[in-house]
Amino acid sequence: MITTSIARKVAMALSGLFLILFLGQHFTINVTSVFSEKTFNFLSHFMGNNPLVQFVLQPILIFGVVFHFVMGFVLELKNNKSRSSKYVSFKGAANASWVSRNMILSGIVVLSFLGLHFYDFWVPEMNYKYVEILPKDPDRYYGELVHKFHSPVRVGIYALSFVFLALHLYHGFASSFQSVGLNNKYTRGVKWLTSAFALGIPAGFIFIAIFHHLNG
Amino acid sequence: MNLTLKIWRQANADAKGEMVTYSIADVSPDMSFLEMMDMHNEQLIGNGEDPVAFDHDCREGICGMCSMFINGEAHGPDRLVTTCQLHMRKFKDGDTITIEPFRANAFPVIKDLAVDRSAFDRIQQAGGFVSVNTSGNTQDANAIPIDKHDADKAFDAATCIGCGACVASCKNASAMLFVSAKVSQYALLPQGKVEATDRVMSMVNQMDEEGFGNCTNTGACEVECPKGISLENIARMNREFMSATLKG
Amino acid sequence: MAKLDSKVPKGRLSEKWTNHKSNINLVSPANKRLIDVIVVGTGLAGASASATLAELGYNVKTFCFQDSPRRAHSIAAQGGINAAKNYQGDGDSTHRLFYDTIKGGDYRSRESNVYRLAEVSTNIIDQCVAQGVPFARDYGGLLDNRSFGGVLVSRTFYAKGQTGQQLLLGAYSAMNRQIGRGKIKMYNRHEMMDLVLVDGKARGIISRNLVSGAIERHSAHAVVIASGGYGNVFFLSTNAMGSNVSASWKIHKRGAHFANPCFTQIHPTCIPVSGEHQSKLTLMSESLRNDGRIWVPKNIEDVKAIRSGSLSPTAIAEEDRDYYLERRYPAFGNLVPRDVASRAAKERCDAGYGVNATGEAVYLDFADAITRYGKEQAHVKGLDENDAVLVKKLGQEVVRAKYGNLFQMYEKIVDQDPYETPMMIYPAVHYTMGGVWVDYNLMTSIPGCYAIGEANFSDHGANRLGASALMQGLADGYFVLPCTIGDYLADDIRTGHIATDTPEFDAAEKEVKDRVAAFINNKGNRSVDYYHRKLGKIMWDKCGMSRNEKGLKEAIEDIKALRTDFYKNVNVPGSAEEFNEQLAKAGRVADFLELGELFAKDALERTESCGGHFREESQTPEGEALRDDKNHTFVSAWEYQGEPEKAKLHKEILNYEEIEVKTRSYK
Repeated sequence: MITTSIARKVAMALSGLFLILFLGQHFTINVTSVFSEKTFNFLSHFMGNNPLVQFVLQPILIFGVVFHFVMGFVLELKNNKSRSSKYVSFKGAANASWVSRNMILSGIVVLSFLGLHFYDFWVPEMNYKYVEILPKDPDRYYGELVHKFHSPVRVGIYALSFVFLALHLYHGFASSFQSVGLNNKYTRGVKWLTSAFALGIPAGFIFIAIFHHLNG
Repeated sequence: MNLTLKIWRQANADAKGEMVTYSIADVSPDMSFLEMMDMHNEQLIGNGEDPVAFDHDCREGICGMCSMFINGEAHGPDRLVTTCQLHMRKFKDGDTITIEPFRANAFPVIKDLAVDRSAFDRIQQAGGFVSVNTSGNTQDANAIPIDKHDADKAFDAATCIGCGACVASCKNASAMLFVSAKVSQYALLPQGKVEATDRVMSMVNQMDEEGFGNCTNTGACEVECPKGISLENIARMNREFMSATLKG
Repeated sequence: MAKLDSKVPKGRLSEKWTNHKSNINLVSPANKRLIDVIVVGTGLAGASASATLAELGYNVKTFCFQDSPRRAHSIAAQGGINAAKNYQGDGDSTHRLFYDTIKGGDYRSRESNVYRLAEVSTNIIDQCVAQGVPFARDYGGLLDNRSFGGVLVSRTFYAKGQTGQQLLLGAYSAMNRQIGRGKIKMYNRHEMMDLVLVDGKARGIISRNLVSGAIERHSAHAVVIASGGYGNVFFLSTNAMGSNVSASWKIHKRGAHFANPCFTQIHPTCIPVSGEHQSKLTLMSESLRNDGRIWVPKNIEDVKAIRSGSLSPTAIAEEDRDYYLERRYPAFGNLVPRDVASRAAKERCDAGYGVNATGEAVYLDFADAITRYGKEQAHVKGLDENDAVLVKKLGQEVVRAKYGNLFQMYEKIVDQDPYETPMMIYPAVHYTMGGVWVDYNLMTSIPGCYAIGEANFSDHGANRLGASALMQGLADGYFVLPCTIGDYLADDIRTGHIATDTPEFDAAEKEVKDRVAAFINNKGNRSVDYYHRKLGKIMWDKCGMSRNEKGLKEAIEDIKALRTDFYKNVNVPGSAEEFNEQLAKAGRVADFLELGELFAKDALERTESCGGHFREESQTPEGEALRDDKNHTFVSAWEYQGEPEKAKLHKEILNYEEIEVKTRSYK
């Protein structure tokens, strides 16, 4: 099915929208850490131990992430190949935004960040639960979180990564509506909302990181 | 005006091309860009050099044959014009102008600035038509009233001149704007709806076969399109394609 | 060469076509597969003929010099297409369309052909709508119409200012369907170099691949020329840069008569020439005359002030303006036919009232229309009709919706805003009514060789009405030729494939190769364009909007001299085996240099004024064209005899059975 260009484009959009949904959910849980340690621990424990989340949603999510970036690279390679003799002078900025032309760049930064993020949280978490099979501790999450944001370097990297995530979302979110065929009188409203999301959510994540760095 | 021209010279499809620098004097601001190119060619011929090959025909912005990439943009810096409608008053005395062919693997260079855009023809041949014979026995033209808004939108899509500026401007060399304009025109009209499913599938398949890139919604095509064809058409084609895929 | 036989069927005018269709020979579907037809040109006529012939089952090979059939210059037609649908209920009918066309053509067209044209006009609209051509519609969803010059009804169907484009893309889509099915083999970037005759019949062509330079042979049972008009003989015209007479001229040299070459249409509303560098002229659609009023200042002082830039046209008071068309022709006003409007503009400019630096421009003013529409809109919306600013804004919106793309085009070229200041316009060469002589079946005087669309001479007489070119192109291509060609091809069902390795093809190919080599080896010192420009100047000065004996005689000598110089001194750079624009152009200009002479000879021979042909010796005291029906009610068909000057004149006398020949009056 994903053999035609439009099918690939739609698949890219749908996987992107799915990841955005996840991002919203992730943010909602994280932001509770700012005002309620208890709520954060409760939600984290639930997500970490609910079998539906762990064995159904988590694999789907991982598939979504892998699919999105693999397809992103495939498309980039294909697109590059469609113009093998390059322009001597190409004024991309005259007709398209920087973010829309550099999704691969912002995507690579976000992907590298995901590597770091997995190393920081997901790998220890998997190790804790499934390798070493340590006893369940419903109150450990908040401490782990705060601990990670001690290092100013890591906070800096996080913040920078989220800036790129914002750029990626700024084009990607609105663009996915176009890809699935929605371009009508609501498009302006959609653009506005998606831009707010694209800037707001990453800013929120940066805020959380800095907050814990300063208060931790 | 006195200008410096940097022009892509390539003897034929297999030759290796390069930019060559020329200078030209006494260009009038009232000239069209192609008239400036004519003047330049007259000079080259006078000097015993090979004139620059470029495509052009109607010189009033409707045939879609002219196709230069000027200073990094398809049809140059002005908006809603083809190269033949671009006038030298848009440039300043002393400017250096870079002139390249439209570049895409699907548009191989024939010579200098002339490229082969027959890929567009093949896409249309795959399904860009209504299958009705020219027998003269069709029903009366007013038998099916058409909502004016749909008719106007179909017209707007149909104004595409097939110049290829969308492909040339797209960083991915995607032909989505061109193909979607044709798909939209027919999808919006009752006469075209009948075979909409097969049409969109065949045209998109042909588009992919020709080696155009994928659309990443940068919107460059819409900005550079001399006829202002809207991105809405691409969204409509995506919709048409999805519903055709689901229908199977 | 045999006497001219127009093969007009017997019977009443209104029944001729129906009877003819029922009585001519047909080719069975099984036999059509065995027959090849070549079509040269892919404008409205060529594309529609190719598509229909292929649908019928013939094997079609179609040639165009552009990179795609969609680029043919029919695409540039702006205003619309006529059809006697009478959707507006304003009294239109087949007969009225027929009558208007004959009268508009100043009684120099063949009655039976014109009637047939009017008859099939309604089918064209049905056909195009079925193909998905997006004509303009009203809010009820039905087709909209507008009015054009020389008529008193609204019968013009349109698609904004891009009607030609939409119709051509419709025909191109019908072609694409057949190319996809393999019934049409399309040869883009190929130029027809010569016609090949076998036993006196057209049996193929020699073409040149414009990319590789390869000279190729193509055989067929019939050859259809649909290569358009020859307006570019004037160098500056509204035709495309590549538009040329070569295909028509080559068949003329092989025996096809060339008819009425001097009948040229000078279109009144074009953007004036801006300087020596000008390569072509841009038309502003005739539809603009529906709403625009044409004027020049009444006082010569105002003219001088305008030219010096010290006075703006909007500052000239109403009573100081000369709306000369409304003054001279109260019944038709700004909507007089093109020849009349053009001459009236020339008359004013010659008298010194031209409004631009060159003195060759008049105003086309939309201020009144903007106010009128604005008031109407204000009324509809319940707003203040006396608020001038509001009325102007509303009016401009209406005008933008109707003519937006034309106004934009004007602004891009002239760098003035036509919503605020009147447009400047001047007549320019636009269309050629003359062309290859054809009989009722559209066959030329060479058996098996047909000419359709603007390439033939048949339907427009001495002047074509607006929105009729598109009608004729599609009528010929969709409905007439595919039917009549069967009558000839019915005798060819047993001929079988025509071989190209015959002495006739050898000889034709050799001639072409020699011609090409002569250009390449000439190594002269002047470019092809130099000669084209010179020729254009001779034509415009001496064979333009008004002609006289002395000028025409000079033109003939001038062109002859120029042609000699051309063959001696023309410089064609590069080689014959590559993409070589100059070489292609040299061949076309060579043919224009011969046609130009025949053009002048024809104009000299026709001592009357009629339609677009105005002989200064033949005019009324008021300066209107004066026809000489007694001596000139005929078609001049010229037979090639080795040189344009030796061309032999054959006269096809025009008989009008159903209408009375009158003096054309638009007063």
